[in-house]
Amino acid sequence: MNLAIKDIRHNVGRFALTTVGVGMLLMVVMGMGGIYRGIIEDATLLIDRVGADLWIVQRDTRGPFAEISRVPPNLVHRALAVPGVQSAREFVYHTVQRERDGKPLRIAILGLSWPTDKGEWIPLTAGRPLAQSHFEMIADKTLGLALGEKITLGKETYTVVGTTSSMISSSGDGLGFFSVADALAIQFDVPGEAVRLERAARETRGQRRELSAKLPSLLENVVKPAAELPQIARPQVSAVMVTVAPGASSQQVTNIISAWGDVSVFSRTGQRELLLKGTVEKVKRQIGLFRVLLTLIAAVIMALILYTMTLDKIHSIALLKLIGAPNTTILGLILQQALILGTMGYGVAYVLGRQVFPNFPRRVILTDGDLLQLAAIVLAISIGSSLLGIWKALKVSPNEALS
Amino acid sequence: MTKSAAPPLAIETRQATKIYGSGNTEVVAMLDASMQVRQGEVIALLGPSGSGKSTFLTAVGLINPPTSGQILIGGRLVLDGPTAHGNLRTFRRRHIGFIFQKSNLIPFLTALENVQIALQLNGETPRAARRRSLELMDYLGVSDRADNLPSALSGGQQQRVAIARALANRPSVLLADEPTAALDSERGRQVMELFAQVAHEQSAGVIVVTHDHRSLDIFDAIYEMEDGKMQRQLQNSQAATDTR
Repeated sequence: MNLAIKDIRHNVGRFALTTVGVGMLLMVVMGMGGIYRGIIEDATLLIDRVGADLWIVQRDTRGPFAEISRVPPNLVHRALAVPGVQSAREFVYHTVQRERDGKPLRIAILGLSWPTDKGEWIPLTAGRPLAQSHFEMIADKTLGLALGEKITLGKETYTVVGTTSSMISSSGDGLGFFSVADALAIQFDVPGEAVRLERAARETRGQRRELSAKLPSLLENVVKPAAELPQIARPQVSAVMVTVAPGASSQQVTNIISAWGDVSVFSRTGQRELLLKGTVEKVKRQIGLFRVLLTLIAAVIMALILYTMTLDKIHSIALLKLIGAPNTTILGLILQQALILGTMGYGVAYVLGRQVFPNFPRRVILTDGDLLQLAAIVLAISIGSSLLGIWKALKVSPNEALS
Repeated sequence: MTKSAAPPLAIETRQATKIYGSGNTEVVAMLDASMQVRQGEVIALLGPSGSGKSTFLTAVGLINPPTSGQILIGGRLVLDGPTAHGNLRTFRRRHIGFIFQKSNLIPFLTALENVQIALQLNGETPRAARRRSLELMDYLGVSDRADNLPSALSGGQQQRVAIARALANRPSVLLADEPTAALDSERGRQVMELFAQVAHEQSAGVIVVTHDHRSLDIFDAIYEMEDGKMQRQLQNSQAATDTR
């Protein structure tokens, strides 16, 4: 005869509500773990998926994911000249925020090095990769842009030709993939008035110099678009991604590029670690601490619930002692109820979480390892939190059955 | 003609004393209470409220050990003052049946399970425990309510289920504290007769605390407590005369 189940069946409604309450609490604990995993996954997603072996970034910076990095686009050609380099691509990455339908729209813009990279590596849910060098984009579904939809950024209008999912930046913004040229155009877009003012300023500066008097054509050139002026450099990119040829030594390539005075180079693992130890670290620790706190709260609440449940049947426990029930029977009654509560609460947390988490604004990733770890924690909490009830039950005198 | 030997003692208390508190708050609940109950005997314990009857009963029932004195069950010293000789709970489970004024059933178990659990705790298989429980409940006229929870039973039915539970393990000692308080007079008398029958059939010693003087003729001996003392011992015939 299982006394624990008999007691639960007697108070099934109350127990069910308690289980749902504990389950929801555990769902929050589970969710916190999932958010933590989601943040790490989102943060490292680009590094893992883009497939670069080495990242060449501005000297003494930690790369585009950690801080602003600016390298000249011709660095691609220098990198290609290094023995052992199979391919080199420009990498442009920045975030913009625009207004769309009265709501803020944040896009993490990623430049694809057209024509070598058209976004074939992006897992598309619909549409196709980029097919032309301008005015096309691939959008993550979290941006809410449908296939064929048009969006104006800067002075140009871009058409969504492909959609993808789970492509999120480390700050949780959906990624939009453009050609590098378009990504730079969006990044360095300035209003027409600002362009006119800059040209006027250039002309004024030129007039002040003796050289312009000797070479009047210089003054004619300063009012031309910046792209037509050889003296003005092309906009810089965030980094250059290098793929090492099969069989070539990645370390050897790194050593060569590291010797250049204007750049730093990181391996994929190095870049990943920098990201995790830098921008994500504090969020990781905060969520970790919050998770520990929630776990403790869950343990305290479960202990109080089990203690109250024990108090509710303290007369029955005294009576059981009176008719000679051994301590193991009483201990089993409380411990089994604690385990049932914990197990069912975990089940509720899992089922509810599966329904609720996909609707969260940020990704919540439940890994088997984390689920098993939480199951073990719940098991430990269940056992630990039943101790208070067990202590009370073992302390009660059979005499109390007579009162 | 050879005089047959007296049956062995089922219960014996030797100068059992129970004192609660100390100093100014000291209360003597039971003082030098001695009693002998032989196997097959049914003893009535009378006395006003607060006289120490329940203290005596809980001491004999190994629930509330005396401060001093001895309790022997089946000739074996079980309590020497507060010192226990052996596991009291196991001893209670195997040898002692309790019946209280309130039925004291476990609310989350059915009537049948309330009886069955006493047997299963004593090592009976569920099937054997169920069979024995149903027999007892049938005997006590409550087998038709076997699957009901105590909350669905009347006070009398609950008490009969509690009696069935007390008898389940064929105890050698049966202790009852006003067991017929919730029963009508006819059913109350039946219960008292049942105790007598159990005492004789199982060679058990039975102590019944009662205020029901109508059934005193059933008892083999009558004790009375007053201010914690076992005041007097009346023979059955004398008690019957006194209470008239």
